[in-house]
Amino acid sequence: MKGNEALAEAAIMAGCRFYFGYPITPQTEIAAYMSKRMPKIGGTFLQAESEIAAINMVIGVASTGKRVMTSSSSPGISLKSEGLSYLAGCDLPALVVNCQRGGPGLGGIQPSQSDYFHATRGAGHGDFRMIVLAPSSVQEMVSLTFKGFDLADKYRMTSMILADGTVGQMMEPVSLDLGEVTDYEKPWATTGTEMKREHNIVNSLCLQPEELEDQNIARFARYAEIEKNEAMYESYRMDDADLCVVAFGIASRVAKNAVDTARANGVKVGMIRPVTLWPFPKDAIAAAADSCKAFVSVEMSMGQMIEDIELAERCRRPVLLCSRVGGMIPTERNILDTIEEARKTGGAE
Amino acid sequence: MTATERVTLFAGHYGSGKTNVAVNYAVALSRSGPTAIADLDIVNPYFRTKDAEKVLKENGIRLIASDYAESNVDLPALPADAYSLIDDRSVKAVIDVGGDDRGALALGRYAPGIKAENDYRMLLVVNMYRPLTSTPEDCAVIMRETQQAAGIDFTGIVNNSNLGEETTADDVLRSAEFANGLSKLTGLPVVMTAVEKSVAPRLEGRIENIFPIEVYVRQGIDR
Repeated sequence: MKGNEALAEAAIMAGCRFYFGYPITPQTEIAAYMSKRMPKIGGTFLQAESEIAAINMVIGVASTGKRVMTSSSSPGISLKSEGLSYLAGCDLPALVVNCQRGGPGLGGIQPSQSDYFHATRGAGHGDFRMIVLAPSSVQEMVSLTFKGFDLADKYRMTSMILADGTVGQMMEPVSLDLGEVTDYEKPWATTGTEMKREHNIVNSLCLQPEELEDQNIARFARYAEIEKNEAMYESYRMDDADLCVVAFGIASRVAKNAVDTARANGVKVGMIRPVTLWPFPKDAIAAAADSCKAFVSVEMSMGQMIEDIELAERCRRPVLLCSRVGGMIPTERNILDTIEEARKTGGAE
Repeated sequence: MTATERVTLFAGHYGSGKTNVAVNYAVALSRSGPTAIADLDIVNPYFRTKDAEKVLKENGIRLIASDYAESNVDLPALPADAYSLIDDRSVKAVIDVGGDDRGALALGRYAPGIKAENDYRMLLVVNMYRPLTSTPEDCAVIMRETQQAAGIDFTGIVNNSNLGEETTADDVLRSAEFANGLSKLTGLPVVMTAVEKSVAPRLEGRIENIFPIEVYVRQGIDR
């Protein structure tokens, strides 16, 4: 299946019956697929008049506790930023997909990872986080979408699938064997009181500063739980490594090849692939800094994740950047060159 | 495998492999005379006939594609010289139609000319291993929507059922029943079964009308 279609089917299997979106390359297949599938299963597909309208429709359905999603690509995700902040302020679960393309501005239509900061830091105004999942294959478009809905419900917050144009467009064989959907109690949902309980109110407005402070503190206590329990990563050939490549999403597919080639040439290099970008797998990076002399951050941005690596390892080891931008994917040669540079810089074997 | 009709059109669900089959077909046609291929896919700017420019050039096949193809400009523009394919009856023409009904809509403006000449095949490319086209019934829906938008009815089926690089001979054999089911349902003949050329020899004598193909249009990530 194509990445975007596989993601859409996984969302349906996760129980999502509401999709609101607006077309934009390279994620339009998600909307196209939903438009064909949702009517057949009693779900709702709606092409909104804009990205902003779509995210506000998501807020509406999320308030009722139903699984709901929207998807877009970078410029469209910028438009949704206000809604992402409101979702956080209302403590609502939702799944938002960003199939990234090059920016800033209208940028281009080719794949990119340059919305890392937006997803992990600045998705909108106010103090809040989103769970950010970064698929590197069509199979992970499926498994992380399933996981994303689960985490969103579990912690009452937005999960973002931070994909890119390549993972969205490419085709790979995929298994849709995903296991059972966990049903979470949602006593806060606005489903009608039937005159048997007090009204549930979903709202992000809080004019009393003491209350607003309490809400923020409570939210961040939840975030601390997530940082403790939900960080996901893949460790590849790290056992005896004295250099560590860090890469996520499609860039990690190329990086893996580069690690194999460098290993074949006797360089002791491994890779840590963050699967969750927030929470960032800080402990794994910190542990790698104990044994590795240097890091290489492979990114399709001007160097955004590199800051998280430096923070996680407390700047104990140098972190070199291997980056291609504007829709370019780093080549194995690009990565091998930076590994070689890191070997010299870090004094590794 | 190549037919006598002057114009061959490939249409079907997006992602069914139309473009790759069309390029292979053009290569096969080019062995017996001047051949041109037109990319009318204005829906998805990520995969284009132009990706196969090298093989087309090597085989002397004229490529007619939008000025914007591969420029990454996300404009649904049709190539200006596509009409020349309809008018110049000295070349064999292959037309790669866009995916689904939306993509096929662009064919509408050329349809009257093609039908007036009445020397064409309109082929439905199907891959049962793709979502939304895994049953003959689903394919028939897409077929009806597509031909309605295109203004030309299908005349045959190309079974291009595959699982990419993981395709085995058994996968292709399993798809024969599906293709025959679609044939029965629509009354259209299965004119060829496209099989990657390393798999094709294992199907010799087990499936009719095998069309061995190479994969020209793809994005390589893994080795």
